[in-house]
Amino acid sequence: MLIGHQPKPFLLAVEGLTVSFDGFKAVNDLSFYVEENEIRVIIGPNGAGKTTVLDLICGKTRATSGKIEFRGKELTKLKENQIVKAGVGRKFQTPSIYDDLTVFENLEISFPRGRTVFGALTFTRDATVRDRVHEVAEMIFLKDRLDMSAALLSHGQKQWLEIGMLLIQDPDLLMLDEPVAGMSVSERAKTAELLNRIIKDRSVLVIEHDMKFVEDIAHKVTVLHQGQILSEGTMEKVKNDPKVIEVYLGH
Amino acid sequence: MNANRFTNRSELIGILVLAAFLVVILPLCLDVFRLNLVAKYLTYAFVALGLVICWGYGGILSLGQGVFFGLGGYCMAMFLKLEASSVENTKIQSTPGIPDFMDWNQITALPFFWKPFHSLTFTIAAVILVPGIFALIIGAAMFKRRVGGTYFAIITQAVAAILTILIVGQQGYTGGINGMTDLRTLKGWDIRPDHAKIVLYFFEVGCLFICIFIAQFIRHSKLGRILVAMRDQEDRVRFSGYSVANFKIFAFCVAAILSAIGGAMFALQVGFMSPSFVGIVPSIEMVIYTAVGGRLSILGAVYGTLLVNFAKTSLSESFPELWLFGLGGLFIAVVLAFPNGLAGIWQDHVQPRIDRLISSRKPKAESAWTDNSVADGAPAE
Repeated sequence: MLIGHQPKPFLLAVEGLTVSFDGFKAVNDLSFYVEENEIRVIIGPNGAGKTTVLDLICGKTRATSGKIEFRGKELTKLKENQIVKAGVGRKFQTPSIYDDLTVFENLEISFPRGRTVFGALTFTRDATVRDRVHEVAEMIFLKDRLDMSAALLSHGQKQWLEIGMLLIQDPDLLMLDEPVAGMSVSERAKTAELLNRIIKDRSVLVIEHDMKFVEDIAHKVTVLHQGQILSEGTMEKVKNDPKVIEVYLGH
Repeated sequence: MNANRFTNRSELIGILVLAAFLVVILPLCLDVFRLNLVAKYLTYAFVALGLVICWGYGGILSLGQGVFFGLGGYCMAMFLKLEASSVENTKIQSTPGIPDFMDWNQITALPFFWKPFHSLTFTIAAVILVPGIFALIIGAAMFKRRVGGTYFAIITQAVAAILTILIVGQQGYTGGINGMTDLRTLKGWDIRPDHAKIVLYFFEVGCLFICIFIAQFIRHSKLGRILVAMRDQEDRVRFSGYSVANFKIFAFCVAAILSAIGGAMFALQVGFMSPSFVGIVPSIEMVIYTAVGGRLSILGAVYGTLLVNFAKTSLSESFPELWLFGLGGLFIAVVLAFPNGLAGIWQDHVQPRIDRLISSRKPKAESAWTDNSVADGAPAE
């Protein structure tokens, strides 16, 4: 055990992770490690289990067996809100924002204070909250739309808003599920710029199909296929792996 | 951004209009009999208020608010019944000093859970705590297991049915199907004559406004916004670090306590309490009041309750057999045509005109988005 001991602990260590739905193993004995400040992209064909992996880490789906260790904490035993408190933020594939609230209120809800029932009742919108919301709104290109109902935003803006809601939480691990899907070319470029800015000082786990985008941002790529790792390494290495070309990149 | 988190100007005007209506206009225009009817209707307004928070904002449809209305009402009725059953009032019974229905059911001593209801302080605490704790238990059992939506509504309905059966079945302890009748005095003060009814009416209106302010406070707090957010995107709230179940339990308990206060008022106003206010039918009627008033509007709930009940009384006086069809038709009409009820009509058609009138005099400064989006406490007359 001691021989393979890592001097620098990983931020996230997933080991032997398995989840089965009525016997079908969506994720099968999966192990991977994410370092501090690393940007890891997960790619793979449809049904490979990519989204399920994120669901498992954030607690949306419960693992059948295996370990997910984050900063030394075992996540599989924690509740969803405790996982968020531990420092994991997750963006969903379709923009999940609150249509009936304004952009400001959307961001404010994610501000990490007053998360208990009593805390929420006594929460006050002080200068710290207001400054932070404005700061994040500027980053996500929605500075002028703070008082607007979130329902009126375009698809791309809704995606940015949700990314903003995660930023305000200031997570150590940010998980993004297809952040540029359905975006126009110019929105895509802006999003890449946004991501490049926000990934500083934190680790990011991204699922993405857009290979150009992946190449732009990834430090390391993990290719999933049928719930297992097919290949892992730099983009260069993965791109030239014959197995990957066969199941994913080839067509 | 609105600096005043408690209430904004248009809402304050709405509250003042309602206050003028209930405190000045109605008492001046109505005779004591009609005013007492209004007082009876207003007891349901407490329930409707609770449903606005729980159903309108939180999206938790409860078809069992009659349970809490009943629990509050029975707690109050037990106190009043004990006072009415003094030894000298009941000396013709085989066991004097216990409620009449117990005597009829061959019960010879006051059951243990009745005894604390000799105290008014205990009774007032029980009116709030019994339904509150009951709602906490149901809420925790359901929401922690992620039971929601239709399933939750059906379970609350089952609870309403169970409680009715229990009350009817345990005749000796509860007065059975007849309920607790012949309530006379509150701490020696006769609640039956006209002047007492008028005093009770104003007391009730006072309580209603306190509850309206509490509801306003919740709505304008971050908790109110989290409830709305939960209704839209439960998972997003959960993965923003909140325990969704706790917030739902809170909303459900608040609704239960408000209903119970209404129930206690009912026992005082009407002078009796019976299982016919506990079951499925009254619970659904309470949801209809809220829907008609506008489930997103705190003040709308009050107007909706008054309107439907006025219609109920006048229609069932002239066409008793038609009323239920009318009520059903009304519910369908509201759901299909006016999903936000009277408050929605007010907000979409009346308010904009008033705003235009005002803004033609001075430029508009308030941020309209904030007010419209969460949906509002505009009055709906």
